[in-house]
Amino acid sequence: MAITLTETAAQHVRNFLTKRGKGIGLRLGVRTSGCSGMAYKLEFADEATDSDVRFESGGITLLVDPQSLPYIDGMELDYTREGLNEGFKFNNPNVTNQCGCGESFSV
Amino acid sequence: MALLQISEPGLSTAPHQHRLAIGIDLGTTNSLVATVRNGISAVLNDSEGRALLPSVVRYHADGGVQVGDAAQSAQSEDPVNTIVSVKRFMGRGLKDVADVMSLPYRFVDEPGMLKLRTVAGVKSPVEISAEILKSLRERAEQALGGELVGAVITVPAYFDDAQRQATKDAARLAGLNVLRLLNEPTAAAIAYGLDNAAEGIYAVYDLGGGTFDISILRLSRGVFEVLAANGDSALGGDDFDHRIYCWLLEKNGLSALGAQDTRLLLTRARAAKEELTDRSETRIAAVLGSGEVIDTVLTRQDFQEMTQNLVARTIQPLRRALRDAGLTVDEVKGVVMVGGATRMPQVQRAVADFFKQTPLTNLDPDKVVALGAAIQANVLAGNRGGDEWLLLDVCPLSLGIETMGGLTEKIIPRNSTIPTARAQDFTTFKDGQTAMSIHVVQGERELVSDCRSLARFELRGIPPMVAGAARIRVTYQIDADGLLSVSAREQTSGVESHIVVKPSYGLSDAEITQMLQDSTQYARDDMLARALREQQVEAGQLLEAVQSALDQDGADLLGEDERARIATVMHRVREAMQGSDHQAIKKAVTQLNEATVQFAQARMDRNVARALTGHRIADLDR
Repeated sequence: MAITLTETAAQHVRNFLTKRGKGIGLRLGVRTSGCSGMAYKLEFADEATDSDVRFESGGITLLVDPQSLPYIDGMELDYTREGLNEGFKFNNPNVTNQCGCGESFSV
Repeated sequence: MALLQISEPGLSTAPHQHRLAIGIDLGTTNSLVATVRNGISAVLNDSEGRALLPSVVRYHADGGVQVGDAAQSAQSEDPVNTIVSVKRFMGRGLKDVADVMSLPYRFVDEPGMLKLRTVAGVKSPVEISAEILKSLRERAEQALGGELVGAVITVPAYFDDAQRQATKDAARLAGLNVLRLLNEPTAAAIAYGLDNAAEGIYAVYDLGGGTFDISILRLSRGVFEVLAANGDSALGGDDFDHRIYCWLLEKNGLSALGAQDTRLLLTRARAAKEELTDRSETRIAAVLGSGEVIDTVLTRQDFQEMTQNLVARTIQPLRRALRDAGLTVDEVKGVVMVGGATRMPQVQRAVADFFKQTPLTNLDPDKVVALGAAIQANVLAGNRGGDEWLLLDVCPLSLGIETMGGLTEKIIPRNSTIPTARAQDFTTFKDGQTAMSIHVVQGERELVSDCRSLARFELRGIPPMVAGAARIRVTYQIDADGLLSVSAREQTSGVESHIVVKPSYGLSDAEITQMLQDSTQYARDDMLARALREQQVEAGQLLEAVQSALDQDGADLLGEDERARIATVMHRVREAMQGSDHQAIKKAVTQLNEATVQFAQARMDRNVARALTGHRIADLDR
């Protein structure tokens, strides 16, 4: 299994990283919070730790801490536009249940 | 499902707790909203992909309100109910608006701020601005998909307390939480300073539609400090359009056109100006209401020649700002260009020549202020860790207090960095004085009558003491938004009085600039006026003292001749006080002092004798 970016998502991330001027990639993960138990974490990564699991997709380095991996393994990260709003969308095959807004989920 | 944005390391927000914050450039002609997403400041477009929202509001009879492009296109058809450039009326009284007669609105002069009568009722500039802000707020909420924590709104560096307060009120009315008001040049510097991580002295050259501002800023280790601000509140891109318009009239032998033709030609003039940014000549074609056809070619060369003196008019304020900051051209490390009018090649060249360097133009000059405001909003909303930075601004005019004789005592000098607090001690003028009136004024001149009155309040309950014994500490404090609060405290008794300056409206941007110019121009007049007032006050004090002494002891201690002689000299002092020669007053005062020396001596002897009566030496020895 792996974690992947769609072509659009990879392009945007590349763009954001260039404009930000630093960072080695993205850090993905989950935290226990939110109305359905888990919440996604999506951050710029400035450094990797030894325990990080590393993926490459579309030329972008993705870092995931091992505790988070089971929850999001096999996930695809997309970038979409909905009306005036735009941002990243998590297509996570592990999710069995998510809250109405989709910001938190359970597996 | 919800869409996520990338956060800075360790700053992921909990679900439903996004700290969405926006920056708003509330402009005279156009307004914009921006936010920081995925670590980048970006302007939010409307559903049609337009970034600029024309600052135009139209009121309908049924109470409906249109904002932006829709309102703008109705401008000529419904001029009375379509309000443009409302920013010029913020915090202003009717007498401050110079061109009232040429504006199509039905003004209502109210104490404080003027209002406008529209088909939907009487509206204040605050309410009208709130409509623009509301429109931007809705755009932002749609684009960000959530409630906003707050907004940073930019204002010109020259905005006074009244105008800043009015802007805050408008935001509140629009349902926005104001995180901070930010000076426009400072916002531009933030956009460049942070994005490019450069340090040093910067000049921000902001040539907007109707105003010109120059600010000298220092950026160092993430600290922004405004060292000086100057400008011309009646100079902008519109003046360049107007030059082309006048040229068109002259070239085609036209005179006095109707409102519609004027607007048409001004629109064509503006388009021609924009074309000449990238091309060396442009064609201006229009059909007037009379059927007359205009078809002219304007070259960049001609355009630059006819606008030469407009460009030159922006250079003088640059010199003044540098002088205020105590800097030379060589010390300026970079020049930031703001405002659409800075796209004109002749402007860029003139600025480059003056500063001996190429100005920064890599950010869109129309958007740079909003982008900086968004970055600031992002920090204030708590979305940025670690490298905290501070923001310093300056107050554009000195803040002072009225002292005896209608003189100004400056407490916070102009160009002081804010937030700031300064205190000064004052005392009572008369014996037994129990109250003191505190008059807060703004301006550079020596006489209160030449400065702007901001507020008045009274300190009561001062314990009765002889004149000069009370210690009254007056403290002026300007907060980060540039709003002033003043407190007065009598030190021995602790009685205190306090005022947050309720802005008293009544001074236009043009007048602020004028006041700055006057202060240097009339410096000598002011010095003489101050000397005169000081002599008058001193003479008045002396007359009062002599009179009360005469009333008490005159009959006993002085012969009739003596009394008549003193009366004559007193009369002479009063006469001199009527005149404007402070030397004459001084001479008369000296004469009165001399004439009363013996009387004073006699009074003192008597008082000593009185004090000693009934006491033994031993009592006094202790």
